[in-house]
Amino acid sequence: MSEGERASKRTMAPNPKAVVLAASSEKYFECKVEQAVVSAVIQAAAPSRRRFLASMGAAALTAFVAEFLPLKEIAAFAADPVGKPEKRDLSIGFIPITCATPIIMAEPLGFYSKHGLNAKVKRAAGWAMVRDWSINKDVDAAHMLSPMPLAITLGVGSVPVPFYMPAVENINGQAITLHNKHKGVKTAADMKGFRFCVPFDYSMHNYLLRYFLAEGGVHPDKDVQIRVVPPPEMVANLKAGNVDGYLAPDPFNQRAVYENAGFIFKLSKEIWDKHPCCGFAISKDFATQYPNTFLALFRSIVDATHYASNPAHRKEIAEAIAPTNYLNQPVAVLEQVLTGTYADGLGAIKTDPSRIDFDPFPWHSMAIWIMTQMKRWGHLRGEVNYSGVAEQVYRAADCDRIAKELGYPTHQGVMAKHTIMGREFDATQPDAYVRSFKIHSMT
Amino acid sequence: MKTHENGSPWIISVFILVIFLGGWHLLTLRPSFHAKGKTDEQLQMMEFNGDIVRAGAEGYIWNPEKMNGVPGPLAVVEKARTELSEAFVIKGTNDHGIAYLVLYTVSRFAGGFLAASVVAIIFGVLLGLNRVLFRAVNPFIQVLKPISPLAWMPLLLYTVKDPKWTAVLVVFMAAVWPTLATTAFGVSSLKKEYLHVAAILQLSWFKRLYRVILPGAAPTIVNGLRIAFGSALVAVVPAEMLLGELGVGYLSWIEWNNLDIAGVIFAILVVGVVGVILDSGFNKLASLVTYQE
Repeated sequence: MSEGERASKRTMAPNPKAVVLAASSEKYFECKVEQAVVSAVIQAAAPSRRRFLASMGAAALTAFVAEFLPLKEIAAFAADPVGKPEKRDLSIGFIPITCATPIIMAEPLGFYSKHGLNAKVKRAAGWAMVRDWSINKDVDAAHMLSPMPLAITLGVGSVPVPFYMPAVENINGQAITLHNKHKGVKTAADMKGFRFCVPFDYSMHNYLLRYFLAEGGVHPDKDVQIRVVPPPEMVANLKAGNVDGYLAPDPFNQRAVYENAGFIFKLSKEIWDKHPCCGFAISKDFATQYPNTFLALFRSIVDATHYASNPAHRKEIAEAIAPTNYLNQPVAVLEQVLTGTYADGLGAIKTDPSRIDFDPFPWHSMAIWIMTQMKRWGHLRGEVNYSGVAEQVYRAADCDRIAKELGYPTHQGVMAKHTIMGREFDATQPDAYVRSFKIHSMT
Repeated sequence: MKTHENGSPWIISVFILVIFLGGWHLLTLRPSFHAKGKTDEQLQMMEFNGDIVRAGAEGYIWNPEKMNGVPGPLAVVEKARTELSEAFVIKGTNDHGIAYLVLYTVSRFAGGFLAASVVAIIFGVLLGLNRVLFRAVNPFIQVLKPISPLAWMPLLLYTVKDPKWTAVLVVFMAAVWPTLATTAFGVSSLKKEYLHVAAILQLSWFKRLYRVILPGAAPTIVNGLRIAFGSALVAVVPAEMLLGELGVGYLSWIEWNNLDIAGVIFAILVVGVVGVILDSGFNKLASLVTYQE
């Protein structure tokens, strides 16, 4: 290869996979469309012309292409919500926990029908079932733990199938609950030798529990036992004394207090305030095959999530999702969880309105944190393209677009700073973050 | 004398039932709530947590809606009443009335059992007639037979991908082995005279099968079917729990998740009752083909 050719290769058209740090997600979306169009033009051009085009800088090239193709209109066209849903009858899988509140309540409170869909929510027995249903297309979309779409796309713990997570369902909403006999436990160090359970290996529950234990000097793989148990069976296990505690989604923390079997040791928001818990996931296949249906579904979910985040609606929601067809829990338990006025099992009634909250925006930085933890505990091996995968799976730009259409607030950019147990996480330095931990399970 | 002989067993059964129910009721009785020795704060906590409710002037009673520990027979009867009164109601995708759940479970069971019986009888006859083939295939059967049918579930789900068919196949895997083994045994131990007579009469293979072999081995085959029947019924309930397919097993699992022990007991009783009905049906059919030698 001659010097000139190498030089021209270096100044080639903008790489569509490059991370764009844009001022707002609208600009981000426009930039992405421009990059896609320009690289398509380059690819279509004859080799001789390609060298000429490559010698121009990225900005000049974009301007040059804009002379012939209306890039702004193309971006608007790509963003424009248009068309009736191709498939009206949908089946959405869920696990009976309060994390899925927006997905579940959208059926009885009419959010799906409002956006033109006839969606029915189908209850699964455990997370492996949700994963299998989603991969085998037994359901069209599903409620998933926020690490799950990343894990499935990367082929960790299943066959690799590309999934999207267009919206986060709930933030906060978990807690560490301990058996009543451990009322004297104060710190993580007191928990050596405990048997814990978590709902699934690739879950925020697992990663937050491990983070909490590691910060207290306890190695999660050596000093304690962490078992996978489906959330509904956790309370029974606690009552039977099979486990010493768990980091579980609500309502099973509150249910343990209700059953006088345990007490709430720590809310998950005290570990990482506003952490993502569960999300709404859909296969890339479905989203591309039925784009209008996908958009209608997306809109229902964002609408429902914003409705749920309003504290005034929480009581109504608790009553709507309590029956046997949905969560099958006593209304009193759900009310305590959703309104944030709850008994903590130690004789006090606490008030914390943001014990559980609902915010659909899937920050890419959240996905990157999850992947660093997956790497830390050996769930992910080898090189990981953190920002690339985050961008592929967590559809932040799409979420903001839908939010804007529905009149909800939007966000600046796709990365945020997160503080976990007093320590800040910088999503632009994931490898350094992974290497900075003293306690880990990487080989 | 005769009436006395016939009457005794029933009286004893009723007696056992009364003792059992009485004991159960007494063991699960809770002494009524006394607010003595509890501070106002503690009472407030208990009321907030739903353990007690106000009753009348300044008094508290245990909350009847909240169960603590194992429920008594009255609670189970109450639960049964509610469930049976809504037996034919469909309240949503995940909540069908008990009549529908029984229908789903029975159809799953019937599908798996019938398919298993047909396959097992065919193969059993082949193996029974041919000693060499039987010896060759026997080691594989011995290895596969003790594997619990539920252990096949993940593999079946992975290959078949459809939870509905997987449930039927799990029942199939439970029912096929006893019938296969006993059919092969029954056919191979058929009186040699029968086969000689069939050869002398120059019967076609079909007639031989239909007139000599199957009727001859029928008692043994029916015994095998009876064992397979029980095995299949035992397998269908956990298969439903693991696969999340609507049915009676699913009901007991859902009630368990809500720690509604009365509901779990009710679901178990429904399984028992369904089993009894199916069993008596099976016995009637079996009596048509068995004979006393």
